[in-house]
Amino acid sequence: MGVWSGMAENTSEIKEVDTYLDSALGSADEAEHLVLGVAQQMGFHEDDLHKIGMAVRESIVNAVVHGNRYNRRKRVHLAVLNGKDHVTVLVGDEGEGFDPDKLPDPLAEPNLLQQSGRGIFLMRAFMDEFQIRRLSPSGTEFKLVKFIQ
Amino acid sequence: MSAKLSPRQVGDVTVIDVAGRITLGEGSSNLREGIREMVAKGNKKILLNLGEVTYIDSSGIGELVSGFTSVANAGGQLKLINLTKRVKDLLQITKLYTVFEVFDDEAAAIRSFA
Repeated sequence: MGVWSGMAENTSEIKEVDTYLDSALGSADEAEHLVLGVAQQMGFHEDDLHKIGMAVRESIVNAVVHGNRYNRRKRVHLAVLNGKDHVTVLVGDEGEGFDPDKLPDPLAEPNLLQQSGRGIFLMRAFMDEFQIRRLSPSGTEFKLVKFIQ
Repeated sequence: MSAKLSPRQVGDVTVIDVAGRITLGEGSSNLREGIREMVAKGNKKILLNLGEVTYIDSSGIGELVSGFTSVANAGGQLKLINLTKRVKDLLQITKLYTVFEVFDDEAAAIRSFA
């Protein structure tokens, strides 16, 4: 297991959820439920709850499918931090990592009709801030942030 | 509920009523198999009614695209009707809204296959 960067960078953030999920598709449901539970209590309105839910599901599916490759010995880390005016979701896998700069642009003409490749694009589109970083010694972490409107 | 498909025939157009969630796993594979079955039967005019689709993720979008391509490759057409606001928004931000022919009215959609 890599060194998780689950420590809140902003000390005013309260860690509401800090758990590990199985590398299975069902973890997307579980993660969505956990994250939206926090987001609802924080007062996000319905449209933003939907967007947060979608981004979280995409991040979990990415971790399960591309990161951990459904390997049952690998887990997905999920942390949810309440920053009062924003929620931060951290999703980490134990995969080999990837170079986000080498991902094809799903909006580019040659890629528009590709069957896959839209997950990270949708995470960026639905959240206000989105970062990808490599974990040590291996793995990838997505950081998704949404501000209360 | 994973997406369930209910095909019906209106003249020579196959309308597939899709209900539920089109997400990675059972939902998206149901859609993939449903379209594949129609193409295998020689149905070349396919209209997907997405009015009862409650949720779609990037994998579901991928299956819509894959279905569109496979029907086109078979010499047919696949069109969409009754998009909810959320599905429409998703197709717009992924620049796919202009790729598909989208209708709000089934009769108009069926006439468009002529």
